[in-house]
Order: sequence, then C-alpha cells, then structure tokens
Amino acid sequence: MSSSKTSSGQRHQLRVGDSPWVKGLLIGITLFLTAILLVVPLIAIFQQAFVEGAAHYFNSLIEADTLHAIGLTLVVAALTVPINLVFGVMLAWAVTRFEFPGRKILMTLMDIPFAVSPVVAGLLYLLLYGNNGWIGSWLYDQDIQLMFAWPGIVMVTVFVTCPFVARELIPLMQQQGREDEEAAVILGASGWQLFRRVTLPNIKWALIYGVILTNARAVGEFGAVSVVSGNIRGETNTLPLHVQLQYEDYQAAAAFASASLLAMIALLTLLLKAFIEWRQERSLKIEAEKERQVTQ
Amino acid sequence: MATHLSAADTRPRHKRVLPGLSLSLGTSLLFISLILLLPMSGLVMQSVDMGWDRYWQVISDERVVASYKVTLWAALLASIFNGFFGLLLAWVLVRYEFPGRRILDALVDLPFALPTAVAGITLATLYAQNGWYGEILESLGLKVAYTPWGIVLAMAFTSIPFVVRTVQPVLEELSPEEEEAGMTLGASDWSVFRRVIFPALWPALMTGVALSFTRSLGEFGAVIFIAGNMPYVSEITSLMIFVSLQEFDFPAASAIASVVLMASLILLFAINIWQARYLRRLHGRS
Repeated sequence: MSSSKTSSGQRHQLRVGDSPWVKGLLIGITLFLTAILLVVPLIAIFQQAFVEGAAHYFNSLIEADTLHAIGLTLVVAALTVPINLVFGVMLAWAVTRFEFPGRKILMTLMDIPFAVSPVVAGLLYLLLYGNNGWIGSWLYDQDIQLMFAWPGIVMVTVFVTCPFVARELIPLMQQQGREDEEAAVILGASGWQLFRRVTLPNIKWALIYGVILTNARAVGEFGAVSVVSGNIRGETNTLPLHVQLQYEDYQAAAAFASASLLAMIALLTLLLKAFIEWRQERSLKIEAEKERQVTQ
Repeated sequence: MATHLSAADTRPRHKRVLPGLSLSLGTSLLFISLILLLPMSGLVMQSVDMGWDRYWQVISDERVVASYKVTLWAALLASIFNGFFGLLLAWVLVRYEFPGRRILDALVDLPFALPTAVAGITLATLYAQNGWYGEILESLGLKVAYTPWGIVLAMAFTSIPFVVRTVQPVLEELSPEEEEAGMTLGASDWSVFRRVIFPALWPALMTGVALSFTRSLGEFGAVIFIAGNMPYVSEITSLMIFVSLQEFDFPAASAIASVVLMASLILLFAINIWQARYLRRLHGRS
C-alpha cells in the first residue's frame, strides 16, 4: 500500500489544490486559525501565570494546598494507569485473538466512557457508592467511605480513561494478525513467554501511546472528579479542581500557575506522541526497505 | 485501518491455538461489569424509583428544556465549525509540505491533551471584556464570553481533533489516479474536489462531525467557566445535573442524567453502525 504512494516531489502531474495560490491561501488560513484557536491560548496560560512575577508564581506553587493537590493528582494517575493498562491489554487480546459471540458488542461497550458526559459518569458512581446507594449504604455500615474521598476519585478516573489503551491496541493487533503468535505456540512457548517475547515487542509503541493518553486524561479529568470529590481543600482536591477553586477565589495568577503545570504535562504528552509516531514511521520505512531488497 | 478490520473479519476460522481466552475475556467482562454496567444499573433504579409523573416533571421543566436547546444548538454549531476547520487542517497536513508541518500536526491534539478546566479558564480570560480577544471583539460590538457563543467556542475548542483524525487517514490513502484523470481532462480543481475527492471523504467527515457533536454534548469543564451560566440563556444540561446534585436532589439529577445518557448512547450506537456500514462498502468496492 505504501509503495503506491509517491511523494509529491517525484510527481509531475498536478493534483487538486497544487497551484501555488490555492496552496498558499489554504496554508495561510489554516495557520492563522490555528494561531488564534490553539497557539495564543497556550501562550496565554503561561503569560497569565507569570503576570504577577516569577516570585509569586513559585510561591503559589509551593503553597500547602497546591502541593497537596499535585500529590493527590499524581497518586490518582499512578493508580489509574496500571489498572487500565492491564484491562486494555486483556480486552485487546480477547477481541483480536479470538472469535466469540458478542465480540462487537464488547467493543461498543468499551466505547461508552468516551460518549458519556463526565458529569453523568460521576453521578453514576455517586448513586451506587454514595451513602444512599445500595452498595454505598452497606459500605457505610462497615465504616468505609469511597465517595468524597480519594478512592472515589480513582474509581471515576478509571471509568473515564478505560478505553484509551484498548483503543490504541485493537487496530494494530488486528492488522498484525495472529500468525507470529501461533507459530510461537506451536514451537512450545508458554503463555507468558509468548506475550513477553512476541506480542509485547510488536505492540510496544501503541501500548506506550495508550499509557500516555490515559495518563494525560487521568491527570486532567475535571467533570467526573468534581462530582465525587466533595472539593475539600487540602484533602480531596485534585490539581484541576484546585485550578477552579483558585480561579473562582479571584486568585487568577495562582490558578494559572497551577494550570501551567497541567499545560506542561499536556505539552509533554504531545511531544512524546510526536516522538512515538516518528519511531513508528521509521521502523515501517526500515521494514519496507528490507522487503524491497529481498524482492529484488 | 478500514481494510485491516474487514480483512481480519473475513479471515478463515483458525483452529484455536492461542492461550488466554478465558483469562482475557473473563477479566474484560468482569471489569466492564464492575466499572460500567453496575454503575449504570444504579441510575436506572434511581429513575424507576421516582415514578413516571415526577420523572416527566423534572425532565420537562422549563429551565431544563432551555438547557437542552442551548446544549444542542451550541454542540451543532461547534461540530459544523469543526467539520470545516477539521477538513481544512487534514487537507493541509496531508497534501502540502511546509516548514512547521510536524509542529502543526502535533498541535492538533492539544485540545485532547489539555485538561478541560485549564482550557476553560484560559478561554474565559482571553475572551473576557479586558482579555486579549475580548477587547478587540468589544470594539466590534461583539460579546463572546458569558454568552451562548462562549459555549460554542469552548465546545469547538475541545473537539477540534476529531474531524482531523478521522479524515486524515482516508485522505492519505486516496489514490491519485481518478483525480489526475479529471485534471488531465481539464476539469477545474473545485469540480474535481467536489466530484471525486469529496464523495470519498464524506463518510469519514460525517463520522468526525458526529464524534465532535457527541463530545460537545457532554463537555463540562471547558464550558462552565466561559458560559456565564445564566438560567434559560447559557446553562448547559451537564450543569443542570451538577446543580441538582449540589442541592442534594439525587432523583432530579438522575432523571436529567438518564436523558443525557440515552442521547449519548443512541449517538454512539448510530456512529458505530454507520461506521461499520461504510467500512464494508469501502472494502467491497476495492
């Protein structure tokens, strides 16, 4: 498929939109809109964070409540990512390596967290595990509190981020097929050996990408978390909730200082994504080159 | 991606040699039941408990109905905007080489990577009366922040990547032959685009717009900061759920949430069926 694609440099035939003025106009409009809609807001976050000077910026970051919010956010992400990593790999393995009735339904169910409003997601958990819910009231009798406490935050974060890993893995594993793995089994590999030596190297980059996306969303989730957190300052406030609190408290510079940390995580996410895509492209090119040499 | 999906499905049935079916399927089913289905049962039970009259009274309340209208209109306008902007971005990224193309490509995903609350306070600050954009708009007599237009803006921002990322792969795999034939026969750029390229793109474009619409319906974090949240004017439905919760009116929150949930599930299933159909058609033709 990739061989039929020729780069525009080698091609003399003009394609649609290749005339210089159309090209210039379209690129110009795109860059202008992107600058207004994406670049300026990104710069504004950092500009607003430093509007009262660097000292104020760093002081607001080391405030006790801010530090606590940072810590809680990291804990939530650290618990969420491994749970969804295991689930994502299991689900992808089940739906791409086996045929069973209800396979398509399972894949659609997995997409539900993407379609559901985060506020509704939070509400679902509050109804079930809150003190009035049928599991929550039983837990209350056992003196276990999940909602308005950190376990509830982790639970809703797991919910909203659960499709990411599976979504990255499924198309790739479907495309790669099962031949490699079947050969390994016939050669006597055990289940774990099979996964570690054959499957994992093939899906490594997609897996990392899925983890990065899960992490980005886990760190930044707002709607669902704000329903179940109870917004207790210095206790159940994650960083995005802390941003809201500071902003509504008319501490705009402090709010943007906290927001700048989240923006840096977002930028890092984009950077890692670009790096992974570059690696994947390179390995595809190397493979194509090898194949070409073999066929010649 | 399309062809791989169908290729796997039409593959002759293998004898099952790979291990881990019961482990992987068992874990997945358990996880989905615990994480997804069990919590949804709580909502159904809460709504059934209410009784039909009270349920209907809550979901047809004037203020709530106004919020449906605001949410639907804003999501519609935002996704239409993204249809145009996303198509343009995808086209420019696939068809042209220019300095900064890779940066632009990476930047497209910013709205997905940036926490919605951060997007919300940033947009609210930029478009407020004394903000960078707000000042310019004010001099033109326009007001965006704290009006329904602010909602459209926030929804459009958070769902920019959907259309780009669904159209981009289709555009990349488009074969140049038909297009070149049209050009050789002397047809104009615009008519080749309209007759040859657009028909191939539009299923992906529609999927992207539908995804963008679904996401916009549920958006909360980015919207509430810029909306102004005035009853009957700029309250979104997610906020109505949130307000009911803050008043500890769980039944009302559940009733409104059940409407939102049903709408998004219907949209999700419709998108999935539509996608499966056009993928099959695409595969059948090639």
